[in-house]
Amino acid sequence: MTSGSWWLVVVLAALLSFGLRLCFIALIDTVELPTWLQAALRFVPVAVFSAMIAPLLVVNDHGGLDLRVGNLSLWAALVAAVVAWKTRNVLYTVIAGMCTLWGLIFITSL
Amino acid sequence: MTTEARRFAGSDFFAGIQAMTPILISIVPFAMITGVVGVRLGLSVWQVTAGSLLMFAGTAQIAAMQLFVQGTPLLVILATVFFINLRFVMYSASIASHVRGAPPWAKALVAYPLTDQSFMVSLYGFEQRRQRGQRLRFYAGAALSLWGTWQLALLGGALLGGELPQNWGLEFAVPLTFLALLVPAIVDRATIAAAVVAAVVAVVAHSLPWNTGLIAGALAGIAAGLATARVTGSAS
Repeated sequence: MTSGSWWLVVVLAALLSFGLRLCFIALIDTVELPTWLQAALRFVPVAVFSAMIAPLLVVNDHGGLDLRVGNLSLWAALVAAVVAWKTRNVLYTVIAGMCTLWGLIFITSL
Repeated sequence: MTTEARRFAGSDFFAGIQAMTPILISIVPFAMITGVVGVRLGLSVWQVTAGSLLMFAGTAQIAAMQLFVQGTPLLVILATVFFINLRFVMYSASIASHVRGAPPWAKALVAYPLTDQSFMVSLYGFEQRRQRGQRLRFYAGAALSLWGTWQLALLGGALLGGELPQNWGLEFAVPLTFLALLVPAIVDRATIAAAVVAAVVAVVAHSLPWNTGLIAGALAGIAAGLATARVTGSAS
């Protein structure tokens, strides 16, 4: 493990990440996107965010499915989802979720 | 308030910062933890910070640092970063139509800080802004404030090292902001189908290597959304 090879990792990983971010933005004025792809883009935000969140809530540290009543994060997320739906406000959602989580941790530790 | 201050407060740039503000508070613990993890793994503060400045991708940064200190071959580290950040391709495609006709330097500046948060916050901001200039200024405010906050908090974490307070579950704030950004985007049967299928497939496929479960879930969700839109005939 040398410091030189760390820089090689960082520079290549950064270029790779930048390329993934840039690809369609760079091509948009020269390539016309097919119709099916344009229709699919409408679902990108919902599909990606849902796929990111769900495993964080129901998969435990050992890689198993955790749908027990004692899964406190899941309860906190359910409360937060209702607040997000009613208020459409990020700050209220985070406060509701964190307070629910801390409240449940406190109650279950009694 | 002076005229300049009032003009700034009414600007699209400031609106972008405002829309990002609750998310900025929520990423501070995650950014600090990323900095702490890097230093605890044996990297220097400078190595962790410079890596973050170049990559600007939280989950991929942590994975790259962990794999590097384990002596993982370069190509395996890069493959991991590729799959963790593959969702950026979808964000790039989604946001591309908003930067149509912009000069190359502006496109590069949009691409570099494109993350989960800057993408989603900007999509909401773009709904109320018709002109490209307004949209780019909103994006600049959102992305720049996220970038600056992330880098400063990460540097703070790297400097503190192991002296963070006990784990209070503060890192749970990041998935909560994702949830807050997701829920208002669910507006009809097609988006409900996309969200449910994406969640189920991502959970079932979570043990797939290199974070490909996330990509599988996202693609399945998009397919479900398209299929439902076709059946219900909802406008796309």
